[in-house]
Amino acid sequence: MSKPHLELTGVSMSFDTPQGSFQALDTINLKIAKGEFVSLIGHSGCGKSTVLNIVAGLLQASKGGCILDGQEVNSPGPERAVVFQHHALMPWLTVYENVELAVKQVFRKTMSKQERRDWIQHNLELVNMAHAAHKRPGEISGGMAQRVGIARALSMRPRVLLMDEPFGALDALTRAHLQDALMNIQQDLNSTVIMITHDVDEAVLLSDRIVMMTNGPAATVGEELRIDLPRPRNRVTLADDPEYVHYRQAVLRFLYEKQRFPGKSEKAEAGDEVSTPAEQPAVAEIIQREPGSIDSSAHTDKEKAAVIEHS
Amino acid sequence: MSTLTTPNPLMQLLRRRYPDITGKSLLQSITLPALGIAVFLVLWHLVAPQIDTSLGQFPTPANVWEQAGQLWDEHESEQARAAKFMDMQEARNARILAENPEAETRMRSYPGAPTFIDQIGTSLVTVLAGFLLATAIAVPLGILIGLNRYFAAATNPIIQILKPVSPLAWLPLVTMVVSATYVSDDPMFEKAFITSMITVTLCSLWPTLINTATGVSQVNPDLVNVSKVLQLPFWTHARKVVLPGAVPMIFTGLRVSLGIAWMVLIAAEMLAQNPGLGKFVWDEFQNGSSASLSRIMVAVITIGLIGYLLDRVMLLIQRKVAWDE
Ligand SMILES: Nc1ncnc2c1ncn2[C@@H]1O[C@H](COP(=O)(O)OP(=O)(O)OP(=O)(O)O)[C@@H](O)[C@H]1O
Ligand SMILES: [Mg+2]
Repeated sequence: MSKPHLELTGVSMSFDTPQGSFQALDTINLKIAKGEFVSLIGHSGCGKSTVLNIVAGLLQASKGGCILDGQEVNSPGPERAVVFQHHALMPWLTVYENVELAVKQVFRKTMSKQERRDWIQHNLELVNMAHAAHKRPGEISGGMAQRVGIARALSMRPRVLLMDEPFGALDALTRAHLQDALMNIQQDLNSTVIMITHDVDEAVLLSDRIVMMTNGPAATVGEELRIDLPRPRNRVTLADDPEYVHYRQAVLRFLYEKQRFPGKSEKAEAGDEVSTPAEQPAVAEIIQREPGSIDSSAHTDKEKAAVIEHS
Repeated sequence: MSTLTTPNPLMQLLRRRYPDITGKSLLQSITLPALGIAVFLVLWHLVAPQIDTSLGQFPTPANVWEQAGQLWDEHESEQARAAKFMDMQEARNARILAENPEAETRMRSYPGAPTFIDQIGTSLVTVLAGFLLATAIAVPLGILIGLNRYFAAATNPIIQILKPVSPLAWLPLVTMVVSATYVSDDPMFEKAFITSMITVTLCSLWPTLINTATGVSQVNPDLVNVSKVLQLPFWTHARKVVLPGAVPMIFTGLRVSLGIAWMVLIAAEMLAQNPGLGKFVWDEFQNGSSASLSRIMVAVITIGLIGYLLDRVMLLIQRKVAWDE
């Protein structure tokens, strides 16, 4: 077997906190091939951003490490470009200048001034933002700013594109547009992508593989799901595709059944039958309600309906 | 009908500068301050005669206004005399040269005492020099402190201790050190100027320093991460990421610093007999004529007005420079 493009081996991470050491990640193993689109999905606070930051080199793993094309990653660099959740554009630079900052730094030796100008323009066109090149981030919408953030990352011609909930702060329509744009770009450039998301549909639509993380502390890879849907993918036709529905359900099942209860799941599930000391039922109740709150309320509604029917 | 809609140029100007002001609040924004000033003047006018000093009664607004005119007249006549003095010298030199083209001629500067207006000029130059020096020290140092937390921890106690020191405590030391070290046969600046300037610098650099350091350390961590991913060299990082992000905080510090610089300067001039507005006040106090108190009051109001104007100028510069305004 050929060597993987990007490999995480035995990555563990503990943070020093005032309350002592906190182990966020435990022995994460992950192999990613060139051109693969991988989504990281998991409950809030499980450690997805931490994994991404370790790959980016912004954090150092306490144990294990990350290897990209045979080289160990131990500091940030432009070959692992990051798209941040909140665009992270310099508010004092225009759209053009923001991309220029990256292009100037990465290609100052290899491109002429004119080549750089064309390359910046090309990347802005890729995300459909050339028309706003001379606007400041404060003068454009969140979705547009996010596109510029993607253009900046792409302009570094990275070997790996790392995205931390890139569309998390956007409305559904803008999000759908950007997902389509990203799909097209990724297919054209065949770049390796790791994307964090909370959105199951987004993960299934975009990914070649979905990596599902268990709840923290000491989170690790719970399940991996290969998405074998043909590309190019179309969100409208996929919606009824039985395979798509199946993948979607597999992810949902993992998130909302296997990982339903953050923390100690067995104990909370058993909470109803086992008689517990006075203050403990309250705790069990809270834990149980949080993720499954929709189900339980539906349940009580049904019961109410039944009562009304009977009377 | 048409007379009612004739635009009032003052109102138009105000409306252009404050577009969100409605007619009613526009009226308020002019009448209320005017009313405040009027009430203040009336109170002053009523209270002043009740205060007797060894130099006579405390001046009323009318006395002060009169002395302000007086000071201006003195300045004008003094300038006329200086011009005449120069003319006479030139005429004399021309005569000497006519008799003997080889002769050496000299021009002496006018030996008259500086007027109130001259003193204002001196004070302004001194305060700006001291403030610029303070800025040149405080901004770069603040950036270093804000970027490096070890450096910040090391410098913090010294900054905290030096910050509250009064100019009066620094002054004797600065005077002695300047006298000892600034020796030259043909000095470019007066010693008194250097002393005042350094005292101003020492007292006014702290707010800029602290605000710069705080502003730099609070730059959005996402932006710092972008800089790390790009592997920006230190200077590009400082110039393109850190400094612009800290500009609003730096300017807040600069404005406080300039205010302090102006206050410190007046005190320093008074105590050290350095030329400037402070010396004018002191001289009048020593002079003890019946007009002295009025003249000091003129100086007080001038000092206040200039302080206010300096702050407005800083605000204008801030609006030009800062990206968030
Ligand atoms: N610098 C830090 N110091 C201490 N604890 C940290 C630090 N960074 C993250 N953590 C903890 O590590 C865990 C994982 O954090 P992380 O930000 O990676 O979660 P996440 O999966 O990205 O969450 P979200 O979906 O909300 O973004 C959390 O419990 C968090 O509190
Ligand atoms: Mg996160």
